[in-house]
Amino acid sequence: MSKNDNNLRGVFINGIFNENPTFRLVLGTCPTLAVTTSAMNGIGMGAAATFVLIGSNVVISLIRSFIPNKVRIPAFIVVICTFVTMVQMLMQAYLPALYDSLGIFIPLIVVNCIILARAEAFAAKNNVIRSAADGLGMGLGFTLSITLIGIIRELFGTGMLFGNQLLGSGYEPMLLLVLAPGGFIVYGLLLGIINAIGERRKKNNKGVTSA
Amino acid sequence: MRLSEVGIFVFMIDCILCNNYIFSRFLGCCPFLGVSSKVETSIGMGIAVTFVMGLASLFTWAVYEYVLLPLDLTYLNTIAFIFIIAALVQFVEMFMKKSLPALYSALGIYLPLITTNCAVLGVALLNIQSSYGLLESVLNGVFGALGFMLAIVIMAGVRERLETSDIPLPFKGFSISLVIAGMMSVAFLGFKGLV
Repeated sequence: MSKNDNNLRGVFINGIFNENPTFRLVLGTCPTLAVTTSAMNGIGMGAAATFVLIGSNVVISLIRSFIPNKVRIPAFIVVICTFVTMVQMLMQAYLPALYDSLGIFIPLIVVNCIILARAEAFAAKNNVIRSAADGLGMGLGFTLSITLIGIIRELFGTGMLFGNQLLGSGYEPMLLLVLAPGGFIVYGLLLGIINAIGERRKKNNKGVTSA
Repeated sequence: MRLSEVGIFVFMIDCILCNNYIFSRFLGCCPFLGVSSKVETSIGMGIAVTFVMGLASLFTWAVYEYVLLPLDLTYLNTIAFIFIIAALVQFVEMFMKKSLPALYSALGIYLPLITTNCAVLGVALLNIQSSYGLLESVLNGVFGALGFMLAIVIMAGVRERLETSDIPLPFKGFSISLVIAGMMSVAFLGFKGLV
């Protein structure tokens, strides 16, 4: 039992760190670049994608034994599409401001590679609980990463965070960061920094085991 | 709305330079980063995308206008469009295999990838959102894809040079590509006031 628990936690943590979809797998780059102009947008996009990931992972893992292998990709897409349409309608009804600022990128969650990739690589081979844990982990990993990019861009690009003035009125905002190029540059630099940290940790671990 | 020749030209400049799909709308970034390591392959990808995006704009517009709208099923547009695009990609692939084998062998591997290119679904949704007519939708698809092609070919050219340059190890690959894309995006910002 405890082994099983550990295993579940491993699946969950895996999505946040080892296989973080944004910084490790580099999947789903379009929403990562497009909606991260503010921290709030990052959280909203992340939450929507997490909902879709958990939902589609659970349903696909439930029906995985009925789907003929040949038509599995279209079947997965239908499931994903259903959840995306649900998110779209829920957001339009309850969070209209967020819906407007995320715009076309909500329906585009359908073609976000993270979701199809997890369906194919994980949910189609694992049971419901593990698939749900994987969806939650991957979703949280995605949310945390794009919120981080959102925080950096909003803080230095406008001097604000979640709409509150934070850096004082004397701060000259780096407008470039909230414009289109800022997304590419911040994401690229963060990716490099995280790679560097990962490599250093790997080196340290090796040092420990050999000593 | 009728478009004059001048109008079409302005629309083209707008789609390719001012509102480039990659650099200002962030659509199609995955293939932009994934398939841009060689100039030839990126040209192939660009042609395939242009072909599919033009056709997809035509068909999604027709289905929306003549099926979804009269039946009051517009909330199904995402699911309908993704199916049209997937089916279209299949048909294009089969058609090319039969009648244009040379082109097929050049583009073959890129065609299935296009289904998950968010620029294709994006252009279909944008056409509806901006309530474009038939001609405008198709032009938006074709010109948007040409903008995509321009971006991916330039990027491939830069990345070929990067192969031989000395980059700090953690920044190799996606990281430096993204920073370069950012700089190209700065350059494209310069076209903003053009139209």
